[in-house]
Amino acid sequence: MLIINVIAFVAIFSALMVVFHRSPMVSVVFLIVNLVCIALFFLFLHAQFLFAIQLIVYAGAIMVLFVFVVMLLNLRQEEEQRPGWRIQRALAFVAGPLLVGALWTALWRRGRSSEAFPGGFSSGFGTAEDIGRLLFNDYLFQFEAASVLLVVAMIGAVVLARRRES
Amino acid sequence: MITSFLPLVAAVLFAIGAIGVLIRRNAIVVLMCIELMLNAVNLTFASYAYELRSMSAHVFIFFVMTVAAAEAAVGLGIVIAVFRKRQSADVDDVNLMRW
Repeated sequence: MLIINVIAFVAIFSALMVVFHRSPMVSVVFLIVNLVCIALFFLFLHAQFLFAIQLIVYAGAIMVLFVFVVMLLNLRQEEEQRPGWRIQRALAFVAGPLLVGALWTALWRRGRSSEAFPGGFSSGFGTAEDIGRLLFNDYLFQFEAASVLLVVAMIGAVVLARRRES
Repeated sequence: MITSFLPLVAAVLFAIGAIGVLIRRNAIVVLMCIELMLNAVNLTFASYAYELRSMSAHVFIFFVMTVAAAEAAVGLGIVIAVFRKRQSADVDDVNLMRW
């Protein structure tokens, strides 16, 4: 339990750094730390396949994309302060804790279901084999739709980032 | 135990991501905060999968990751296109369709 607390602390700290650090590059690095923490949580939750996917796809591929764009754009670090910015910021700092309070209330008041499912884990729980079986039996249509989504996103990204000759 | 603790952590992470979307003006950081929120939701899914001994939530996480990858690719494509046009990745500079 101690190690879970430590990971939770690191996750929340890195999330705060993502939001509040001025440099986008440092934000990207702390986001990778946050994603690795969540991958470790997946390991504690018997989700080995998701642990691997989180590290490979999220911390690997998607974050490389972010690092690449941050490097490419060479952004100026300071963000200009516009009229109304202070009010928006103050409202965000009020709304954030309210959101946490609402979510925590909902989580505490939900029915406890641990007693209803006392059984242990099936031997394949969280493995690639069982997820694959679910994906290709129960969720086959959704899986195909996801593949179409990825193709559309790929075409869209190419079209959007293309340099127009005119 | 772990299944009541982790959703609380996920709620905090989600709120931090929401605050980031509201207060940051850099489009790339806003996209990163959206990734933060998606990951908080994934963590909640995973802890309920653990509590209910059901693997359907793992499939949902798989799809959330798919959508996040698509969203990151298209979002960063839009950021690059806007930057090329206006030399800025500030979300307040892109207000043609605001009202």
